[in-house]
Amino acid sequence: MFNVNDIRACFPALSGKVYGKPLVYFDNAATSQRPRTVLEAADRLSVVSNANIHRAVHRMADDATQAYEAAREAVRDFIGADSTGEIVFTSGATAAMNLAAFSFCERFVSEGDVIVVSAVEHHSNIVPWQLAAGRKGASLRVIPVNDDGTLDLVDLDRLLDGPVRIVAVAQISNVLGIRNPVEKIVRAAHERSIPVLVDGAQGIVHEKTDVKKLGCDFYAFSGHKIYAATGTGILYGRRELLEEMPPYMGGGEMVGRVTFGKTTYAPLPLKFEAGTPNFIGQATFVPALEFAGKMFAPDAVEHTDNLASYMYDRLVSHPGIKLFGECREGRIPLFSFTVDGVHHEDLALVLDKMGIAVRSGQLCAEPLMDRFGVTGMVRASLLPYNTVEEIDYFMDSLDRAIKMLK
Amino acid sequence: MSEQSRKTESEIIEEFGYFDEWLDKYEYLIELGKSLPAMDEGAKTDDRLIKGCQSRVWLDYRYEDGKLYFTADSDAIITKGIISLLIKVCSGETPEDLAGYDFGFIGKIGLKDNLSPTRANGLVSMIARIREIAIEAVSGKIGDCRAKAEEEK
Repeated sequence: MFNVNDIRACFPALSGKVYGKPLVYFDNAATSQRPRTVLEAADRLSVVSNANIHRAVHRMADDATQAYEAAREAVRDFIGADSTGEIVFTSGATAAMNLAAFSFCERFVSEGDVIVVSAVEHHSNIVPWQLAAGRKGASLRVIPVNDDGTLDLVDLDRLLDGPVRIVAVAQISNVLGIRNPVEKIVRAAHERSIPVLVDGAQGIVHEKTDVKKLGCDFYAFSGHKIYAATGTGILYGRRELLEEMPPYMGGGEMVGRVTFGKTTYAPLPLKFEAGTPNFIGQATFVPALEFAGKMFAPDAVEHTDNLASYMYDRLVSHPGIKLFGECREGRIPLFSFTVDGVHHEDLALVLDKMGIAVRSGQLCAEPLMDRFGVTGMVRASLLPYNTVEEIDYFMDSLDRAIKMLK
Repeated sequence: MSEQSRKTESEIIEEFGYFDEWLDKYEYLIELGKSLPAMDEGAKTDDRLIKGCQSRVWLDYRYEDGKLYFTADSDAIITKGIISLLIKVCSGETPEDLAGYDFGFIGKIGLKDNLSPTRANGLVSMIARIREIAIEAVSGKIGDCRAKAEEEK
């Protein structure tokens, strides 16, 4: 039986205080807190398995390698990939998308080609493609967003026409909290043999994701948003594509044979893992995903859905608040809004002094801010460990903050 | 720094000393922000905009009789409150004094955390801009408007 207090007890950070007030942590879309199992795993590995992986023959190094590779298998299993060769460890979702954009475009994109992204992407799924497009003489095309926050797919066929080489789209927007129709985009792209990268930075946390069912060719996400250590992330790629793509960085164990004349590369996935990886951090994927998996049990999902609908109702019925992405369907408990006549930064600063952690500003998605004609928003993002009582305190505090600031 | 600025500094430190609660400090900053006169809309130009702030901050100055005077505005109230403190202390100072000024009172009123370069409200950028203006005035890059007027006579 799901009991939110039992869940909270697993997270030491959640019982903390800020400015003498109980912490209400509503900035989960940026980083989630970590359960004790993750914290303890990192501590334990730092002592018993702190040796460089994949190299030495001694016992400690072997233990470290096993912990690292066990995490790769845990990730493979969690997202339903065919083999661990398709699971590349990166330092985060941003690094994963940079890797994909660089290596894919090096191999498959040339002058005059087109890369399609959507209007709701965060910078990490825009800028790497812009950089690659700049190098290759390609251009970007953008799937627009409707006023209600849903993607406008009316012109999808036209957008995918011509020399489109890849589509990069978020599973769930980090600003609007709305699920995008990824399957539909994948189908349309695949009809034209165009691969699709799905940015799962938010999606992986809120939806039991199977990359085979989603049908995508690449899937990128961070560990630190799904309860794992910071500096961790994953790029899943279909084997046929990854095999064709050149390495992103060179050095370390990513090689086959090195001579000054020519270097051959290690087999997948090590080809893409130059240098000493964050092996202790990545190993925390094991306990992190074990916890995340439990949050997809029906009673846990019911709790989280209830948080989403309760907070949605409170925000949309509030006369002074403008919620962006009014679509109610496919919503995760992530809400970005503005308040008439009050600056987003002021709200976040005052809420902070009341013990509430929210994000404010452009939310790493400046084009989307421009689309909605604002300089920034306040974002509150929740996870299953948050409570209805916290939402009530948040709404009361918000009213108090607005009163102070108006 | 002049006697007047030192006095203003101690007054500010004393006023903030009355607050035990962080929220009260911010409430006071909000009041200060609200009472700072707005800049003319026409003066809010991009060359007066300070970069590196989550909120927009415009800073303007006048260099007269060897002293610098500042006016500023922001679209965020708390930021406006913080600049109003800076302006109160810095206006009427010589560029030489300002260029070497350490803004130590910010730490004494507990806003030092906000000085960290990563913090969104851009206090660091505001201070850097004031210093930059002072240095430009010292080096003669910015002319004294009164001295200039005298010359023209």
